[in-house]
Amino acid sequence: MTGFTTGRRGVLMASAGVLAAPGLARAQAPAIKLGILQPVTGALSQDGEYGRLGADLAIAEINAGGGIRALGGARIETVFGDARSNPEGGVAEVEKMQAEGVLAVVGGFASPICLAASQAASRYDLPYVVDVGVSDQIVSRGLTNTFRFGPGFGVVTQSALDNLVALNDGAGKPSRTVVIVHEDGLFGSGMARLLNTELPKRGFEVLETIAHPTPARDMNNVALRIRALRPDLVIPSSYYAEFVLLSRTMQQQRIRPKGVYCVLNGAASNYRFVREFPDAANLVMDCNHWPDPRKPKTAELRRAVEAQNRFWLYNTPLNYSAVMLVADALERAGRADRAALITALAATDGAFTKHIMPYGPTRFVNGQNQAGAPVNTQVQGGDIKVIFPRDFADAQPVYPVTG
Amino acid sequence: MTPRDLVPIIAFGVVVVAAALLVTSNVALNFLVFTMIIALAAQGWNLLGGYGGQFSFGHAAFFGTGAYLTAILQLRFGMGAYPAFAAGIAGAALVGLAIGALAFRSGLKGSYFALVTLAFAEVFRVLANAAEITGGAAGILIRLEVNPANFQFADRGTFLMVAGSLVTLALLATLALERSRLGAQLVAVRENEAAAQALGVDVLAVKLRAITLSAGMTGAAGGLYAQYFLYLDANIAYGTWISVEALLAPIVGGAGTVFGPVLGAVILHGLAEATKSVAGRIPGIDLVVFGIVLILVVRFPPRDIPGLLRRWRR
Amino acid sequence: MGLPPEIILEAVLNGLLTGAVYGLVALGLTLVYGVLHIINFAHGALLTMAMYAAYVAWASLGVDPYVAALPLAALFFGIGYLVQRLVIGPASRGKDENILLVTLGLSIIIENLMLAVFRSDTRSIDVPYAMDVIEAGPTLLSYPRVIGFVATIAVGVALYVLMRFTMTGKAIRAVAKERTGAALVGIDVAHVYAVTFGIGTACLAIAAAMLLPSFYVSPRVGNAFVLVAFTIVVLGGMGSVVGALVGGLVIGVVESLSGLFLGESLGQIGIFLIFILVLLVRPTGLFGARA
Repeated sequence: MTGFTTGRRGVLMASAGVLAAPGLARAQAPAIKLGILQPVTGALSQDGEYGRLGADLAIAEINAGGGIRALGGARIETVFGDARSNPEGGVAEVEKMQAEGVLAVVGGFASPICLAASQAASRYDLPYVVDVGVSDQIVSRGLTNTFRFGPGFGVVTQSALDNLVALNDGAGKPSRTVVIVHEDGLFGSGMARLLNTELPKRGFEVLETIAHPTPARDMNNVALRIRALRPDLVIPSSYYAEFVLLSRTMQQQRIRPKGVYCVLNGAASNYRFVREFPDAANLVMDCNHWPDPRKPKTAELRRAVEAQNRFWLYNTPLNYSAVMLVADALERAGRADRAALITALAATDGAFTKHIMPYGPTRFVNGQNQAGAPVNTQVQGGDIKVIFPRDFADAQPVYPVTG
Repeated sequence: MTPRDLVPIIAFGVVVVAAALLVTSNVALNFLVFTMIIALAAQGWNLLGGYGGQFSFGHAAFFGTGAYLTAILQLRFGMGAYPAFAAGIAGAALVGLAIGALAFRSGLKGSYFALVTLAFAEVFRVLANAAEITGGAAGILIRLEVNPANFQFADRGTFLMVAGSLVTLALLATLALERSRLGAQLVAVRENEAAAQALGVDVLAVKLRAITLSAGMTGAAGGLYAQYFLYLDANIAYGTWISVEALLAPIVGGAGTVFGPVLGAVILHGLAEATKSVAGRIPGIDLVVFGIVLILVVRFPPRDIPGLLRRWRR
Repeated sequence: MGLPPEIILEAVLNGLLTGAVYGLVALGLTLVYGVLHIINFAHGALLTMAMYAAYVAWASLGVDPYVAALPLAALFFGIGYLVQRLVIGPASRGKDENILLVTLGLSIIIENLMLAVFRSDTRSIDVPYAMDVIEAGPTLLSYPRVIGFVATIAVGVALYVLMRFTMTGKAIRAVAKERTGAALVGIDVAHVYAVTFGIGTACLAIAAAMLLPSFYVSPRVGNAFVLVAFTIVVLGGMGSVVGALVGGLVIGVVESLSGLFLGESLGQIGIFLIFILVLLVRPTGLFGARA
């Protein structure tokens, strides 16, 4: 594992593992091969790189902690595959991983890659754990090998909606009018459609819905529309660069709504954005994947990431947790066997606590973790805080934004 | 067409069938299937671009139409997979005819023709991403029901046999075209349009026939893609990637030759796979190597290598 | 949709500002096309490279992009010259389809080299004036974008003068019109090709310096501008400097207005439909000479 230095704590845990099982010839336990699939070149390379980082850190931690105990301390060996940001690339890598004899595959990032790669894996009953891909089609195809620990589209959008209403009600209903800005891909478009039918039922008025392509060369017109419409609330769902452009333009055009409430936004929960544009980022809210701030492990992982001069993005904790899920299932399966692993994954319950996501007790139905849910974050004083749901929050929401 | 001309094509068919039966590595089979899909798309491009000299940058318009029709007719209209596939080919051919009628009637040639095809493909892409029937941005998923009756096969070898057979058919069709009157007229148009016209060739009709055939063949590749991966979205079906793939392979392998596209597809994808193995921890390095090798292949074409060696020995 | 007139006016102004930078990107492309008759697939990647260069100038050396513009233009002239002289020229061996492959190969190399060196992160710079605005009546015009507009006009004028009144310009035009004839009267065609490619690349460097303060850079950022630059080149007439500038402004306004009325996503269709229509009706573009 180049580029990763085990922290002091990791070293201690490793030696503890050795001390605890001195009689076992641990070196002889055959390594478990785990496929890590991420798009590290092409259009999605940024997400792929941060996803890979999370998986690498989890594997290093497991190995430093004595490997898979139920399998005689077997180490996990990474078989990495670059999906090259397209489904064909994902399938080709899954085939290679299969040829290398991996026990499971974790990752994929984008929904099209996850769809194609998990299907390729299903030919071999190869367990596939989706890291991010939110399309609900991923877990509705009846593939028994496919699991998703995080939330899908339906849950994310529903939570975004419910949390928004709760937030607005809690503040005395300051906002009524809304402008939705969304990227025209799978998530943004679906999200906009849902908000357009649901928001009016909950007392909001959608003034306008603006779709934009990715990459967008110019967000000035979007800002212009927002300025003319004067909404109380702006709801953007875009990738990193587009949201940075939009929020900078809004700042420049002196557009100050009562709140900017993002949904699965690529920038609003990104420390690079917070660091580089503190003024534009301040008090932006996001409903997104985000690790549980109250778990000590979260801070520890974040330090490990920042020690490598990388930013703290949600891809990293999601992939870390997905790998931990596989490790946990392996411990329970007690056998390096795909069918046993699938059974164990499906049977995962609240006893699985090594993940760092703010989810309730894990329970899989048709491969989907029923507890997976997004949380609301807000940029406050140069940091990203969880403001909702209250069970996981480490800060109070600042809403409506005044001044 | 003499039996002798058929020998290489028959040999190709035999090799593909043998590979489908004998190769057990799914990595290799998957690689071959994908390469065959690209080769088919490229063979389509070759009819118009290679033989006719009309370089298109927008064959994605045909690939995507074939792919989407194959998927949509099954899912939304309950058609069988094979009729849907056939309809996809026909639909792509019609789109080709329509684009050709607009572009060639206006006398577009060279880079202008190239760019107008690119623009059409982009219009299709944006529309497919927004339309309801294509599944919009969420894409369209063909139900996974492995059954030969559904054009879905339990093993990749069978799919290779199907894809390989289609490529073999495309090779035969290309050879037939090469030897036909239409083929001769097409080459005449490529070499000197004014002269061809002066000799009484109906240039517009020849170009239109070529683009229709070309689009149908590339549409077939799109349909195959849909059946193989069972998922489409606008960027896959109408994305510029496939326009580039379709023109790259014939140019590398020899545009305007029967085997050029297949050869090019094998060379390009073989190279891509080979360079993948040099990928280290730093993402992108393997693609840098691929780019360098691509330029070297252009600089020192494989067909010249024997000559270069001879000169070097002397 | 009832839109107030001042919004439409703002959208038009906005389109002009954005279109100017498109024009700057298209200038390089059209020049190369006009002389070498090649479609340069590496154009977007070279723009990306120039943006990283401007980024490094700011982030590592603390040089403002506007100050860095001219030195970068000189540097990228050199890079462009060498790329044409040492890579594209020899590797393509005079065949157009080979040039296609070589420039495509170059774009793959550059894009992934940037990925390997700078990693995948999207980077932006925060110059002190990034948020400054110029108030023009009811509208607020972004300062960096106004500067970009002025720079585009300046580059356009400079190129026009260069092409019209200098020996280099005359040689370039001679080669563009009749390459064998130019060679016969003693013009070093390979040198002129490389100079043209160098000038085209230098235009990109200036475009990059103008874009960076209000935009961002990532390994694939240039691609966003390539398709639109192609559109402009065709619209303005391949090889026409004035055409590229006017075409850029037209496309900027079309994009802005169609974005306003159709939404940013479908608005993209507006550009391509205009493009297709122009080609079908007047295939040589607005300012192109009859083929």
